[in-house]
Amino acid sequence: MEFFVISMLNGLSYGLLLFMLASGLTLIFSLMGVLNFAHASFYMLGAYFAYQISTWIGYWPALLIAPLLVGVLGAVIERYGLRRVHKWGHVPELLFTFGLAFIIVELVQIIWGRAAVPYQVPSELQGSLFTVFSTTFPTYRAFMMLVAVLMLAAIWLVLTRTRIGLVIQASLTHPDTVEALGHNVPRVFMLTFGGGCALAGLAGVIGGNAFVTEPSMAALVGVIIFVVVVVGGMGSLAGAFVASLLIGLIQTFAIGIDWSPVTSLQNLGLAVGPDTPMYSVLSLKLSQVAPVLPYLLMVLILIFRPRGLMGKRET
Amino acid sequence: MATTTHSTIRFAPYNVGRWLLWGFTALVFILAPVVFSGGFAITLLSQMGIMIIFALSYNMIFGQGGMLSFGHAVFSGLGAYFAIHALNWVGDGRLWVPVTLIPLVGGLFGAVFGVIFGYLITKKAGTTFAMITLGIGEMVFAASLMFPGFFGGEGGISSNRVVGEPFFGITYGPTIQVYYLIAAWCFVCMIAMFAFSQTPLGRISNAVRDNPERAEFIGYNTQRVRFLVVVVSAFFAGISGGLAAINFEIVTAENVSALRSGGVLLATFIGGSMVFFGPVIGSIIFIFFAVALSEYTNAWQFYLGVFFILMVMYAPGGVASLVLMNLRVVQHKLFGRLLRPYVGVLLASALMLVGLIMLVEMSYHMTLNFAAGARMSLFGIEFEANRWSAWAVALLVTLAGAAAFDWQRRRFSREWGDVQALIETGGQRARV
Repeated sequence: MEFFVISMLNGLSYGLLLFMLASGLTLIFSLMGVLNFAHASFYMLGAYFAYQISTWIGYWPALLIAPLLVGVLGAVIERYGLRRVHKWGHVPELLFTFGLAFIIVELVQIIWGRAAVPYQVPSELQGSLFTVFSTTFPTYRAFMMLVAVLMLAAIWLVLTRTRIGLVIQASLTHPDTVEALGHNVPRVFMLTFGGGCALAGLAGVIGGNAFVTEPSMAALVGVIIFVVVVVGGMGSLAGAFVASLLIGLIQTFAIGIDWSPVTSLQNLGLAVGPDTPMYSVLSLKLSQVAPVLPYLLMVLILIFRPRGLMGKRET
Repeated sequence: MATTTHSTIRFAPYNVGRWLLWGFTALVFILAPVVFSGGFAITLLSQMGIMIIFALSYNMIFGQGGMLSFGHAVFSGLGAYFAIHALNWVGDGRLWVPVTLIPLVGGLFGAVFGVIFGYLITKKAGTTFAMITLGIGEMVFAASLMFPGFFGGEGGISSNRVVGEPFFGITYGPTIQVYYLIAAWCFVCMIAMFAFSQTPLGRISNAVRDNPERAEFIGYNTQRVRFLVVVVSAFFAGISGGLAAINFEIVTAENVSALRSGGVLLATFIGGSMVFFGPVIGSIIFIFFAVALSEYTNAWQFYLGVFFILMVMYAPGGVASLVLMNLRVVQHKLFGRLLRPYVGVLLASALMLVGLIMLVEMSYHMTLNFAAGARMSLFGIEFEANRWSAWAVALLVTLAGAAAFDWQRRRFSREWGDVQALIETGGQRARV
């Protein structure tokens, strides 16, 4: 029970963090058709910017400034890089962001070095919020969930209740009509790209100190959010939400469970030892398999439901 | 009807040139180690040969099949693992395969995994395909650390290539013999892959790339076509993996990593994916960056990344397309007009490059090597990296170079546009 509650909470907070990334990625993808390969790099930049700003003026200003900086950077890159490539189609755009991810990692290493930086949770948020039986739940995890939920509410309000949100939604489906009505669709693209990057940056600010801020953090999360988007269904925000929570929970639960098929077989009274065929597969513990589970989920989804959980059927 | 299809497949005027070209390629393979005979040059050439097979196999799905894959190292890497286990079994006497044919083992297992993973990844096309290949690549990489028995964990699997009886005195001990083994396989694979691109399957994969809908209308199952192309490509990738296993005598998890998959994508794209020989150029450039340049600087990945981005932005056809476009200008005897603008642009970009290299190298020195002291040397000049004067010089050179480049670039693109327009209209006149 204790394990269940704590894993549930940790899984939810991790899943919400994944969704903060996946939502920006999905928005950019469905609006511009660009799969932003560098999305996780903006997440990393958010963490590093926040680290740098927090050493100068503290964590709370960084929480606001770092995502804004990342968003501006994203908008500039869209305006002067991606827009040039746009005329050559989606594959060069994807390759552009791929190269960008490559360069950002190198730049981060030039500026901050190859080792992890000591990006700490602020002292106000250290310590534990409550205790379930004997395990404590850190305050910062709760703070992460709070920020994520607030951010999601904010995106939802912006997309459905404001003028710019309506223009973005209209540009998703009818870019030509929106342009004919006098809206500057390329600027909408730029804003969306910058906004998506800012969301990734915010995720970096709150994720960087919960986990580790290091040059490999982009690659670690990057693939997982792509898996989230495939599992949820390309371009579906709701699907991305369900998939990120699912993957967050699966990973957190799997890491905590030491079960392997061998233990069950031995409990059934079968003599299973190193000589049994397939022992190296059977003896793997669930916690050891945890890193592969999201990909296995993706493979299963592809076999049984190729359009993803909530994706539209591709024509 | 039959004659028309015949004439589109066999493009007679090119055939003499083709024989000459392949003959010349063979000559280059044979003579390369004679010209560049140092030990380092031979390892460089061997790695280029391996990379050429790998990049050409990648281009089979990327350039010719229109599928952007981020997980191609899965096929070459797993091929390499099976090849090195085969090599070890030959050493134990459990298996009899001549070392010369070990790459074929890699190729066969590459194809087997091509069938398994190809079934999954070709369920989707386009962007989703790219994401799925990325996921599969990560899955295999994560799994490779999970089964130390087969994959050797962090240390990888090592082997000894000098096994079995010598064949006409060839033991594959000296690196030069390994180079010729790689060269022979590379040449054969190049011809085979070129031949594949001329087969009906190769042709229809171009059609599936350009317009999947119309390919379906004329009765082809696009998913099946993509699947078959992935399997064939995985076979050749496996051969390159097998050669890598023989060359390095060690296979680690890095062979199936995303880094390797990204590398082959960079190489192929930089070389030019729309032309058959593009990846060959790209592999040579890539290995130059990855092996030769990395001897001199830590920042080679940064330079490679910037080079790649510049290619994506300004020359999406890769180096091959630049070569072809300039050859066209030469053919129309208009290159003289471009000569002066070219010199201007190249001088300006060289200046800018020098400034940028100074900035990058000094930054790298400041963060990564600073413990060793601020003193560093660049272009043969020693200086302190933490002096503001050094930075000012670097910045000044960069800015001057950028300004000159912008000025020269305008002149160049005006002249280039004129020349291209002249060729286009001249071509029309010639056709009439």
